Amino acid sequence: MKSHNLREKGVQYLLTALAFSALFGLLLIALFILKEGLPFLTQVGLKDFIFAHDWEPQSGKFGIYPMIIASLWVTFGAMLIGAPLGIACAVFLTEFVPRPVMHTIKPMIELLAGIPSVIYGFIGVIVLAPLIRTHLGGPGLSLLAASIILGIMILPTIISISTDAINAVPNSYREGSRALGATRWQTVYMVVLKAARSGIISGVILGMGRAIGETMAVIMVAGNAVKVPGTALDSVRTLTANIALEMGYAVGLHRSALFATGVVLFIFIMLLNTLASAFVKQEIRRR
Amino acid sequence: MKAKFTLSRFSAYYGSHRALQQIDLLIPTRRILGIIGPAGSGKTTFLRSLNRLNDLTAGFRRQGEVRLDGEDIYGAEFDPIALRRRVGMLFALPIALPMSIYENVVYGPRMQGINTRSQLDQLVESSLRAAFLWDEVKDRLKSSGLRLSGGQQQRLCLARVLALNPEVILLDEPTSGLDPISTAKIEDALTMLKEQYTIVLVTNNTMQAGRVADATAFFFMGELIEHDETKKIFTNPAQQRTLEYVTGRFG
Amino acid sequence: MMRIPAKVNQAAAATVMALATLLTLAVLIFIVVFILEKGLPILSRTFLFSVPRDMGKAGGIFPTILATIILPLLAIALALPLGVGTAIYLTEYTRESRLTRIIRFGNDCLAGIPSIIFGLFGFLFFVTLLEMGWSLLSGGLTLALMILPTIIRTSEEAIKSVPTSYREVSFSLGATRWRTIQRVVLPNALPGILTGVMLGIGRSIGETAALIFTAGSSLRLPQSLFDSSRTMSVHFYILAREGLSTENAYGTAAVLILSVLSVNAVAYYLMHRYMKKNA
Repeated sequence: MKSHNLREKGVQYLLTALAFSALFGLLLIALFILKEGLPFLTQVGLKDFIFAHDWEPQSGKFGIYPMIIASLWVTFGAMLIGAPLGIACAVFLTEFVPRPVMHTIKPMIELLAGIPSVIYGFIGVIVLAPLIRTHLGGPGLSLLAASIILGIMILPTIISISTDAINAVPNSYREGSRALGATRWQTVYMVVLKAARSGIISGVILGMGRAIGETMAVIMVAGNAVKVPGTALDSVRTLTANIALEMGYAVGLHRSALFATGVVLFIFIMLLNTLASAFVKQEIRRR
Repeated sequence: MKAKFTLSRFSAYYGSHRALQQIDLLIPTRRILGIIGPAGSGKTTFLRSLNRLNDLTAGFRRQGEVRLDGEDIYGAEFDPIALRRRVGMLFALPIALPMSIYENVVYGPRMQGINTRSQLDQLVESSLRAAFLWDEVKDRLKSSGLRLSGGQQQRLCLARVLALNPEVILLDEPTSGLDPISTAKIEDALTMLKEQYTIVLVTNNTMQAGRVADATAFFFMGELIEHDETKKIFTNPAQQRTLEYVTGRFG
Repeated sequence: MMRIPAKVNQAAAATVMALATLLTLAVLIFIVVFILEKGLPILSRTFLFSVPRDMGKAGGIFPTILATIILPLLAIALALPLGVGTAIYLTEYTRESRLTRIIRFGNDCLAGIPSIIFGLFGFLFFVTLLEMGWSLLSGGLTLALMILPTIIRTSEEAIKSVPTSYREVSFSLGATRWRTIQRVVLPNALPGILTGVMLGIGRSIGETAALIFTAGSSLRLPQSLFDSSRTMSVHFYILAREGLSTENAYGTAAVLILSVLSVNAVAYYLMHRYMKKNA
């Protein structure tokens, strides 16, 4: 009769163990990347690694400053394009068009979220870079091209999450505002966006994480020259591109330096995540 | 008269809120006990304490004891799973599980290890007959329980409880969502069922207690105000508050 | 200074947002149409079902299609039990606590890790330390880790949306917790869980960075899980980047886009039907 108790206990222990799989994976990843990058970091020092300008592995110069700056600019540029477009799109779909229209367009955009990043990169090379080269000058494959391509890539993420956040705002807020004589736009601007803020911000942060972590599309369109960009038309190399480009043949200290680049990237991402979860937590506390 | 349940100084809490205070009550075997009282008086908490369904609610605590046939159901040795097989429950809203009518009825028995086809078939027929549903569904036992009307679903739920072959049936406002005809069918079934089962009926419809209950208990603000033969409660209660409630002056 | 009337203001805002929406849609649709227009004419039975020759410059893409089917399925087979198990634990076996917050935070972090880092880890751990080499198995394990957060999150949502009353009914009929999960919770959460599975497959099909360092880039037909093999995404990347064959690159891209879109369409269909049922 009590055999079920034994089985219940067994299942519970098994599930408890499974529940730690993601956390365990995360720690394992952090541990291995760190372990591989640490010899380099102790030998060269984190400060020299981050602030040195020259990356010449064959002559033992490992400075990733230009790559950090490039990653930050590319991400910033992508946000500049993706965030306003994405949020405008989400507001338009939720507040300004009939429901059925939203229910046809939103799925389309979400379907397109699945387009592989290599294809975005390819479009960047074939279509965008020549356009930039002929109309604006420079090599075409550039910070600008990478920003635009990444900005487009993160659009579906931002739109999807922002739409959900705006939809979650209770209708009574809108009705209350309209009843006080506000126009639809004033209501959106003063009430809806405020209430949906935390959701929209977490969507933007997620997009940011995706932009800073993107590798293949960036390799294809950014040009990959190791230098601090002077203008948006310059060719740049990001942290992720640096790892992927040289991992194939790197050995010894060079290889370790690439893993150390991974460590720096990892730290960036963790900072972003902590920021995102702090936002959400703060919002929950306010309610 | 033999007692099925004996509650002594039983209190229940949700977090810091005390939902039931020091209840002392005997629930006699093979009779219908009606529980009445305004919303929030602890009726449902009381009912869910008898099959330990409250155990699943976050923050639930209790003091005092509940004995079933003399055994403490909150004792360390007592298995709540076995308890729930002996004490069936019908909820306020008819909740057919999203599976066929047949599978709904045999859900409990299958877990007690009854697996032979003929046994299950027989159980389905007898349970559905006892719940006055057999004639309406005998030709579509394989179709989803969710396709039935509200009243039919509630009778399916009753059949599902009967298939457990329980000793006690708890009913939590079982007709609150039903039309008068469906309500009458359920009430008819209850009157038949008390030949075999001990029944505890929580109802928000005071007249329903008057119609079917042998004894009635009046709860108010988590306290048991009065418990007596139904006739006495409705005609000559000892407490002023009971009188006011059954005559509809408050509540 | 004159105040701009609210109506004008609103009209201007609406116009700007409408243009933004149109631009977004136009760009996304352009990408799909552009690839399909150039790629679809390349497709033929020989292209799909023959092996590549001359590093992919000629011949078909059959081995890469095979790898694109095997790798996501392998990843799902590994991630599904872990993910659904975690989701069940978080929703059914524990209440909100410091521990669940830590587990959720770890999951969110894992979701945010760039695929290139997964690639590095997979290379160090599966390929090198566990001596699996560049292989389908190494790639599958790496992908599994990558899609685990998606599976956990969608499963958790799906399980949470199963009405509490179903659980109470099951318990009241004498079911144990595990039995309730098996018979009532999981069957009702299934469409939601499948949505997560489809999303995970979609992401795996499009992945490149994590696979180059783990599954390698062999063009031969894989004989076992220990063989290296490249997926369509990796193949496309190599063709496009090294300028080997623009024609075959377009053809591969067309198959790739069609597979991802159809997998996502199935996911969306499941999700939609599911939400309608729960409404």
